Amino acid sequence: MGEHHGPEKGIKRWLLATNHKDIGTMYLWFSFAMFLIGGAFAMIIRAELFQPGMQLVEPDFFNQMTTLHGLVMVFGAIMPSFVGLANWMIPMMIGAPDMALPRMNNLSFWLLPFAFAVLLSSLFMEGGAPNFGWTFYAPLSTTYGPPSTTFFIFGVHIMGASSIMGSINIIATVMNLRAPGMTYMKMPLFVWTWVITAFLLIAVMPVLAGAVTMMLMDIHFGTSFFSAAGGGDPVLFQHIFWFFGHPEVYIIILPAFGVVSEIIPTFARKPLFGYASMVYATASIAFLSFIVWAHHMYTTGMPLAGELYFMYATMLIAVPTGVKVFNWVATMYDGALTFETPMLFCLGFLFLFTMGGFTGLMLSIAPADFQYHDTYFVVAHFHYVMVAGAIFSMTAAVYYWLPKWCGRMYNETLGKAQFWISFIGFNLTFFPQHFVGLAGMPRRIPDYALQFADFNMMSSIGAFIYGGSQLFFLYNVIATIRSGEKVSDDKVWEGANGLEWTVPTPAPFHTFSTPPEVK
Amino acid sequence: MAASDNHYYVPEKSALAFCTATSVAIFILGFAAGLNSMTFGDGGGFGWELMVAGLLAFLSSLFVWFKTAIDENRQGLANAQLKRSYVLGMQWFIFSEVMFFAAFFGTLFYIRQFALPWLAGEGNKSPFAESLLWQGFENVWPLVNTPQDVVGVEGQYQANNGVFPGARESMGWQGLPLINTILLLTSSLTLHFAHSYLLTNNRGMFNLWLGATLVLGFVFVGCQVLEYKHAYSDLGLTLEAGIYGSTFFILTGFHGFHVCMGATMLLVQYLRSTAAGHFDAEDHFGFEMAAWYWHFVDVVWVGLFLFVYIF
Repeated sequence: MGEHHGPEKGIKRWLLATNHKDIGTMYLWFSFAMFLIGGAFAMIIRAELFQPGMQLVEPDFFNQMTTLHGLVMVFGAIMPSFVGLANWMIPMMIGAPDMALPRMNNLSFWLLPFAFAVLLSSLFMEGGAPNFGWTFYAPLSTTYGPPSTTFFIFGVHIMGASSIMGSINIIATVMNLRAPGMTYMKMPLFVWTWVITAFLLIAVMPVLAGAVTMMLMDIHFGTSFFSAAGGGDPVLFQHIFWFFGHPEVYIIILPAFGVVSEIIPTFARKPLFGYASMVYATASIAFLSFIVWAHHMYTTGMPLAGELYFMYATMLIAVPTGVKVFNWVATMYDGALTFETPMLFCLGFLFLFTMGGFTGLMLSIAPADFQYHDTYFVVAHFHYVMVAGAIFSMTAAVYYWLPKWCGRMYNETLGKAQFWISFIGFNLTFFPQHFVGLAGMPRRIPDYALQFADFNMMSSIGAFIYGGSQLFFLYNVIATIRSGEKVSDDKVWEGANGLEWTVPTPAPFHTFSTPPEVK
Repeated sequence: MAASDNHYYVPEKSALAFCTATSVAIFILGFAAGLNSMTFGDGGGFGWELMVAGLLAFLSSLFVWFKTAIDENRQGLANAQLKRSYVLGMQWFIFSEVMFFAAFFGTLFYIRQFALPWLAGEGNKSPFAESLLWQGFENVWPLVNTPQDVVGVEGQYQANNGVFPGARESMGWQGLPLINTILLLTSSLTLHFAHSYLLTNNRGMFNLWLGATLVLGFVFVGCQVLEYKHAYSDLGLTLEAGIYGSTFFILTGFHGFHVCMGATMLLVQYLRSTAAGHFDAEDHFGFEMAAWYWHFVDVVWVGLFLFVYIF
């Protein structure tokens, strides 16, 4: 068979790609571009909040920035980055030649640049970009939304289609293309977490599509899904949105768990403490994610029984999450630890994500949440889990697998420097937000009371440091690809395990043409 | 891209995906611009034309895509593993469709169980009955008197995004809906007969029963059109008729759209069998997937018939 054909030359290689590595690479670069754009929006937000009073932008533009920052980061940066990682790593980890449906794989990717071109072009439309927050609650997004909402809705539709097709591909790959002997309970945890994530995506992206479709109908066709005058209910929107939105946060964090579960054993030079318990914990988290959505809605006036149920169900999530945290800690216990950059990011993840988990527990307490709701405490909480959780582990993944991808080693000193700058910048940004939030500073408001000035200035300085550290990261990656030291060892890391380390470095265009043996 | 059972299948480069993605982008740009010009009257240029162009390009891309996949299979390039991948892909796609409808059924459930009783004052612990926003609103399903009807547009406390005069009458389950139920359930049966004959390589009977299924499907769509006409002209049941009209049309509308898609899939299989002689007892997963989809659409209808029309 003609499996030795190499990549096409020039732009065709990317437009016509069916190779999982090329498509993975496109996903990764696309997500990084989105990360920088979403980051630029965050810089505008923090610049406005540097001092009390109105400084730089109009309130409406500020709202557009918070909205687009959230949308771009969630749907454009974090999710595609992990899909890119899945594309690169899953076939190599399970001994498959490629993804199961390679042409559809390319469609999943190419829908995204179009979706975000549409979404971002709304900035230049009359009436401005969407300004109702990334959660686009009705009626802000229906009765009071700008005309560009229509473009936003269709953008969400095709992002969803992209995610669903990507997920179907991942599930089909894992169910059907595992090498002989690669039983489910031998799969690397990154593969396991992605299978469960893909299941969540297929289950909830259609629900999001339903939600935005109802918005579209309310805006253009006179229906009253989210309008009480016709018998509908704006709170219904929140229920549907969070039925999607809560699993969505696990869609973002589960692959991150998978990455950390790959990296910590490598640098602890010990197998993962409890493989099976990690798999079951991941599945439990996924299951629980479907039945806790209304903890985002404690202040909507739900009946007491609802408040209590969602409170206790939410607290239950701490159990499987705790299983994971203790697993990672126990893996490191008594290990021969070294602290290369990927390991540093994983340790940063472990500390900061756990903190984000604890503030999540605080927020899960319904009566306490009445105070925290829509304050900067919530902002601090979800940035601890999204940034220090998902982004830190994604950064770790890039440093960890980059030598395998391009055959060159990054500069360890620069990598460590980037970690410490990110770590300090991140904490300087978000740690003070806990305090201003508890003291009552509301989110999504371009101005604030004077007593919050000092902490906000700290936050803004931290944000600029953290933003700068990402440009430094970009430099590190490019410098590695162009002129990093060549890696001769297939295994790259002394303590690494798994099929992806058995193939040559850099990984060849086609990894396996016949199934490898798995013992 | 030759593949055999002990070698993996790796496809050549392909322009199919990029063409499809581009046409989808043109389609949604045109659609959004057209809708905005319709609702907000802000120019919109030639949105609808763009939409139609994008749609045609999208359908052509899909046509070429499916033709390519079918040709590959006819040439024996698709090995057993790839066929399993296709089957898995279809199964999970249908699951995603189930969840899409779940959003609308969930909406109907929430509206009827929670939103309307609360709007009518249930659970209101305020000692001031007059604090209700919609004085005198009663929760009767099907909802023909919207809250707005009860207080009058002028009596509303808040501006809303429209006027929602309730329907004059609700849609009964007797008559057309019942006929449609019988049509669709019968079509599932006839499709099963077709499948059974295919498994015994009886092409004549396969074509006959598949053709019968198609006829039933298209008659269903026709009846649905009549029902919508009846709803609009006789019952005053429209998209603007408050939440009853909203849920009625979004559920039956998306179902009808899916019936059209399923019927198109079956039509393609019918033409493949009658005109090109495709399919035999062993190799017919194109037909099988279309059949699964059809049965799925049927099951959704049973849910609709029960919860939209009867209860």
